[in-house]
Amino acid sequence: MNNTFQLDGEEIPFTPGQTIMQAATAHGSYIPHLCWHPDFSVHGSCKLCTVKVNGRFGSSCTMEAQPGMEVENRTAELDDKRRTLLQMLFVEGNHFCPSCEKSGDCKLQATAYELKMMSPHFDMFYPDRPVDASHPDILLDFNRCIMCGLCVAASREADGKNIFAMGGRGLLGRRVHVSSESGKLADTDFAATDRAASICPVGVILSKRRGFVVPIGRRTYDLAPISAQVTEKAP
Amino acid sequence: MTFELETAIAPEKLRRVAIDPVSRVEGHGKVTILLDDDNKVHQVRLHIVEFRGFEKFIQGRPYWEVPVMVQRLCGICPVSHHLAASKAMDMMLGVKELTPTAEKIRRLMHYGQILQSHALHFFHLSSPDLLFGFGSNVAARNIVGVVAAHPEIAKKGVLLRKYGQEVIRMTAGKRVHGTGSIPGGVNKSLSDGERADLLKDIYQMVAWSRDAVGMIRQLFEQNLAEYNDFGRFRSSGMCLVRADGAMDLYHGGLRARDTDGNTLFDHFNYGRYWEVIAEDVKPWSYMKFPFFKSLGPDDGSYRVGPLTRVTQCDSIPTPLADKEREEFMAFDGGSVTGATLGYHWARMIEMLHAAESIKDLLHDDDILGHDLMATGQRQQRGVGVIEAPRGTLIHHYRVDENDLVIRANLIVSTTHNNQAMNTAVREVAKKYLNGREITEGLLNHIEVAIRAFDPCLSCATHALGQMPLEVAIVGADGRVLDEATRDHRGLTRESS
Repeated sequence: MNNTFQLDGEEIPFTPGQTIMQAATAHGSYIPHLCWHPDFSVHGSCKLCTVKVNGRFGSSCTMEAQPGMEVENRTAELDDKRRTLLQMLFVEGNHFCPSCEKSGDCKLQATAYELKMMSPHFDMFYPDRPVDASHPDILLDFNRCIMCGLCVAASREADGKNIFAMGGRGLLGRRVHVSSESGKLADTDFAATDRAASICPVGVILSKRRGFVVPIGRRTYDLAPISAQVTEKAP
Repeated sequence: MTFELETAIAPEKLRRVAIDPVSRVEGHGKVTILLDDDNKVHQVRLHIVEFRGFEKFIQGRPYWEVPVMVQRLCGICPVSHHLAASKAMDMMLGVKELTPTAEKIRRLMHYGQILQSHALHFFHLSSPDLLFGFGSNVAARNIVGVVAAHPEIAKKGVLLRKYGQEVIRMTAGKRVHGTGSIPGGVNKSLSDGERADLLKDIYQMVAWSRDAVGMIRQLFEQNLAEYNDFGRFRSSGMCLVRADGAMDLYHGGLRARDTDGNTLFDHFNYGRYWEVIAEDVKPWSYMKFPFFKSLGPDDGSYRVGPLTRVTQCDSIPTPLADKEREEFMAFDGGSVTGATLGYHWARMIEMLHAAESIKDLLHDDDILGHDLMATGQRQQRGVGVIEAPRGTLIHHYRVDENDLVIRANLIVSTTHNNQAMNTAVREVAKKYLNGREITEGLLNHIEVAIRAFDPCLSCATHALGQMPLEVAIVGADGRVLDEATRDHRGLTRESS
């Protein structure tokens, strides 16, 4: 049997060991996702990339492609569930797109547009989350964190620093921590040139004093929707 | 001390008429009137019952976010807040002079704002009162009525506003709540194509703005006695002026004159505004009452906005508007310069000035430049002042060493005009309310006085002249004697 599978009826080639997500992305096909990044180990936490493989749900970022798979991706049923996941992410944090400098470059926002999310639907949590402006070059605004874990992975795997870590328990207790005694970024060896400084898909890790320098119309997702930038931006 | 008709001696013996709400952009205001058994007016107050929390929740946010966030104060003139905050952050960054491109793009954005806001107010919100009469048939006294009776006038209003919005879109990125102005400069200039698009229609906009000045002049000529007397009172005033005394809506020094026209301060550095202005509070309104420190809270109230700017400047630096200013100042021996409804005339002169300024800037190649940002020596504090469509707007911030805002103070145009609007409403109530039964037309007279100032309460686009009003007459025993409600169905009454 050929090393191919069907994704919404389209034949997708793969090499043995590739996940469904890796093969689809290499082919230029978009599967919605937030926590997956090709350069880092799989986190599998956002569940946005859930597809149906031969009629059963599975995470496309963790499931290896197999010959002859019938994979459903952008169906109304799956996009509806993805939209609900997005709505829960929006209400769990403090996502105020109108004044967020990441607006137009944010994967959460772009994915919400892609999946036609029209409202948060659920009651907002309005969690009390800190802003860490102690570092001279980088601002951390945890109000926007979606716990994707990419900063943790990038700092550990690419920078070799372990600046960030997941910690705490429960829906409101679990959050990303800065690994320093004070808990402040200024007390780490984090640098603006670190890979982790530019990995955040939302507006948590930001270069200071550069907000809004790109005009509306020229931002990443002003140019084309996220589904049309698979190889370049998704990631 | 309180002002005449501000506080009745024995309010418990009076009945209360309330206009609640008088609609205000992003919030509510109301007017309460206390009458005795003979319907003599004893107390009139314009209450602003809205609470704005921007000064508080901007605290702890990074400074570069502020110009984008605080503009959400308003949906009508967000550019004013966007620019005032940017100017404050320029000062905080130690930027003493913007690049020519940044300065001119910001000015273009601001004049687009003045054009669209003044057109919106005059044509959409005020022209129904002026064209049909303050107490005319409510069914027709709205923008739809203007479209039906005067389609050419309505069309000009709509297209003038649209043009101003297009100027804003091309300079800020969006028609409402853009991001074009950033601390230290701007994030875009105009392309050749954008300039060409705007140049196509600008001469028509100048001509229509000129027509609008002629229209309000004609209305004054036809109704001189009523217009001159309506809500008239003597007031001090304050505005920005350029170094040579000419009108400058974007930048300048503060000029203030008292009720007799004597100069209180001139070319005053707005970076120290608190040395000349203080704010009083009253228990019945969330809005503060600014006053000139040199005159004190009892005598120091003042007004801002188009009437003050046009009458206090030495000239207007565009020829057509300056000619109109001279005629306005000389009209009927200068009587209109003190009339509350003179605001409308002055506003249209400013709209003409904005259109002329846009035309001049579109012919300046600096707006196509690519040098957008300036730098300076970082400071802890920044003050930005701009002449917004409704008057002087002050933004004041302190930023800590980590780049987070730790203090913010905003004095918006409508706040400066708080006492002036109260006084105008009292004058109208004295003249038109005494001894009369409540009618929709009477309510509208009070609104006409408020609306002349173009405060945030009258400029909510969604109201479109059909502001919902509720009025109740409550007897001394607390019993409701008479109620009137106005909504989209018109005026309905319920008498007990």
